[in-house]
Amino acid sequence: MRRIGIDVGGTNTDAVLIDGNLVLVAVKTATTADVLGGVRTALSKLLAETASEQGRRVAAVVIGTTHFTNAVIERRALQRVGALRIGLPASASLPPFVDWPEDLAALVRGQVHMVAGGHEYDGRAIVPLDVGAIRDAARRMADAGLTAVGVTSVFSPLTPECEREAERILAEEIPNANITLSHELGRIGLLERENVTLLNACLQDLAHETVAAFTEALRGSGLSAPLFLTQNDGTIMRAEAASRFPVWSFASGPTNSMRGAAFLSGLNDAVVVDVGGTTSDIGYLKGGFPREANAAVAIGGVRTLFRMPDLLSIGLGGGTEVSADGVHIGPRSVGFRLLEKGLVFGGDTLTATDIACAAGRVDLGQRTRVAGLPSGLVTRSLARMGDMIAEGVDRMKTEAGDVPLLAVGGGSFLIPDQVEGCNQVIRVEHHAVANAVGAAIAQVSGEVDQIFSNVTRDQAIAAAQTEAEGRAVAAGAKRGSLKLVEMEDIPLSYLPGDARRVRVRMIGDIGSD
Amino acid sequence: MRPIERDELEPLATGAWILGTGGGGSPYLSYLNMCNLYADGSQVNLMDPADLADDALVAVVSNMGAPLVGQERLSDPAFAAKPVRMMEEYLGRRFDAVMSVEIGGGNAFQPLLVGAVTGLPVVDADAMGRAYPEAQMTSFAIADLPMFPLTLADIRDNEVIVARAASWKWMERISRKVCTEVGSIAATCKAPRSGAEVKAHGILYTTTQAIALGREVRRARRAHEDPVAAILTAANGKLLFRGKIADVQRRTTEGFLRGTARMEGIDDDRGIRFEVAFQNEYAVGWRDGRVVVTTPDLICLLDSVSGEAIGTESLRYGQRVSVIALPAPAILRTPKGIAHVGPRAFGHDTDYVTVFDDADPTEQRS
Repeated sequence: MRRIGIDVGGTNTDAVLIDGNLVLVAVKTATTADVLGGVRTALSKLLAETASEQGRRVAAVVIGTTHFTNAVIERRALQRVGALRIGLPASASLPPFVDWPEDLAALVRGQVHMVAGGHEYDGRAIVPLDVGAIRDAARRMADAGLTAVGVTSVFSPLTPECEREAERILAEEIPNANITLSHELGRIGLLERENVTLLNACLQDLAHETVAAFTEALRGSGLSAPLFLTQNDGTIMRAEAASRFPVWSFASGPTNSMRGAAFLSGLNDAVVVDVGGTTSDIGYLKGGFPREANAAVAIGGVRTLFRMPDLLSIGLGGGTEVSADGVHIGPRSVGFRLLEKGLVFGGDTLTATDIACAAGRVDLGQRTRVAGLPSGLVTRSLARMGDMIAEGVDRMKTEAGDVPLLAVGGGSFLIPDQVEGCNQVIRVEHHAVANAVGAAIAQVSGEVDQIFSNVTRDQAIAAAQTEAEGRAVAAGAKRGSLKLVEMEDIPLSYLPGDARRVRVRMIGDIGSD
Repeated sequence: MRPIERDELEPLATGAWILGTGGGGSPYLSYLNMCNLYADGSQVNLMDPADLADDALVAVVSNMGAPLVGQERLSDPAFAAKPVRMMEEYLGRRFDAVMSVEIGGGNAFQPLLVGAVTGLPVVDADAMGRAYPEAQMTSFAIADLPMFPLTLADIRDNEVIVARAASWKWMERISRKVCTEVGSIAATCKAPRSGAEVKAHGILYTTTQAIALGREVRRARRAHEDPVAAILTAANGKLLFRGKIADVQRRTTEGFLRGTARMEGIDDDRGIRFEVAFQNEYAVGWRDGRVVVTTPDLICLLDSVSGEAIGTESLRYGQRVSVIALPAPAILRTPKGIAHVGPRAFGHDTDYVTVFDDADPTEQRS
């Protein structure tokens, strides 16, 4: 099955056409300010290198983008939001936006309303829902011209009724309302879930415009394939879902890069070392997906519960400075100025790249400029770099035994052919477009994270699995291809009824049965 | 008496989470509340327990319930102060100060929340020097002080007074039942203590200790030093193991989260296995199958890079952790203390094993 993957990064827009396990065409273009231009150019370059008949048989176009994350980080193109919290008399002292950076809150906070309602963990109402207060809040938001609203109710991931009722009232009172309900986005943890809900609400206009632009670029290229966007976990969502839930794309960059490396190498379980200019990011692939980090993740300074790939960053990159005796590697780096500072490029700073050139690992710039480096220095510093990588790999490994190492990134020539703890070092072809490849191969997922009580463990897991399957199919997965990739159940302390939190993730291929 | 400064709140949260030894609930939301209160002009005073008059009346407060519910029904100072007002009404007497039942976890902030609302000073002490799951696991229970009355309030208009209880364990059972009924979260004011009782039987200077610990972590991070080593130095602790989580198993019984985490060693501990058992908090540690540490020693699992404490509910496969032990308060290490909070109190058929020299058990941590 042919698929096109496009990675819209901050600097470059890359596109690949893949067929099964083969990368047929790969192109790189500059990202444009309007996004649309870059995608259009990438697509036309890609299709120009493909026979048109082949190009039109593409089954899906998948775009990975950092556009929405960057909008939050750079505080641009965000809209004002009405925040509705349902949960009084609880939680009154910590209102919506309470832990946001002040500059971002000042841009996004339109109105804040807190009303009585919400549920207990076991489904009982905390107090009756104050529908009058919701209608009043809706009218005040409508008067102020606010259309983007984020609604968060206590324990809504377990009992979403209050949020649904609020949505109905808001839609009646606010013309063209764009309503984000927290239970559609999130996990247990009111503040973090609400933060994600409000971030999603403030990106509504941008998401609609951007996804419309992507769709236009696609149609303009004569492609009729369905459009998907990649999400944080390495899976995809339909374009319509992406325009409603832009936050789901937040961390797709590193995920796509690691997944792309897995695909290009044909390995599902490996350690991935991505060597850049200043650092190397070491991540772990398990079953073709990155292992996720555990901590709360801040986006643009806002605390969320997104799961991000677990990456260990070490101070070794192509621009890392090397001491004159070769004993100290970094942590200083010339970074993106390598092309003027590095010895082989005519500069005056001894860098990791110069050492690799002197050793003949790579041929860059003028190698004659490093021909005079003492061989002892070159050997010593190369060995030290190899040790740094081996130590990092060991820290990330979670099981005994050797694993394969996938070497990617512009500075991957720093990785030696033999690394302790690794049974092979694989230099991945096309690694410069790994992100776009990761997008092209992404699958569809459905996830459930819920608390169950008064049922057996097996019943709880089965119920979660059925729900996750339904969500995956709704997101565009072929039912017959669905596989359980993650299952975690955590019994909960101090709660009666054998309460347990079950998290299930199902993944399958794009398509319908 | 001295004011607690705004810039001590974050170190207190970091330090209290470490002293929580895996339990006690994250202090984050209570910390946020205190930041808001300080931004609105509140300030709370920290009182040296030595300055308490013998006949002073001290409120012992806690936020009781399931940590998970606390993530949805958020900590609130007005709610925290309710049972304290109830107790004053019931006793017909005003409190002179307030203290926490446990310094470990979110409850480190409970007396600060109460102090900000009521103006009461916060005594620099608690009744555990760490976190434990139950009422009879306090220094006051070990000292056989009375366990009643107790007041309990929820966010609605439900207020409960337990006027008498037959024992500390009965007090635990009755109050836990009520707490569950109101949604597994409630603010409580435990049996009031006299100044003399606090001075004789409290675990003293633990707020100061938590702040100092948190400060060290932050300083080490800023200086790019090893935060775990900084914690060990600041709290006279011992490093037991460095490794990665290889497996976590959990189950609930009688409302408690129980389980074990198995780790594989890295660096100097390569090739070594370490296991910890927990019941809300970490209770017993095995190195290559041999018991090397048990409660009441404080067993803490820290993120090896950031020095941040890792709770028993957020243990995950693959985390890189350092296992450390901090010395327990002297009263917990007496034979009576060990009967209340030693390994057998958590269902482990083993004697108390400590990694610390017991030469001077009267020494007070501060």
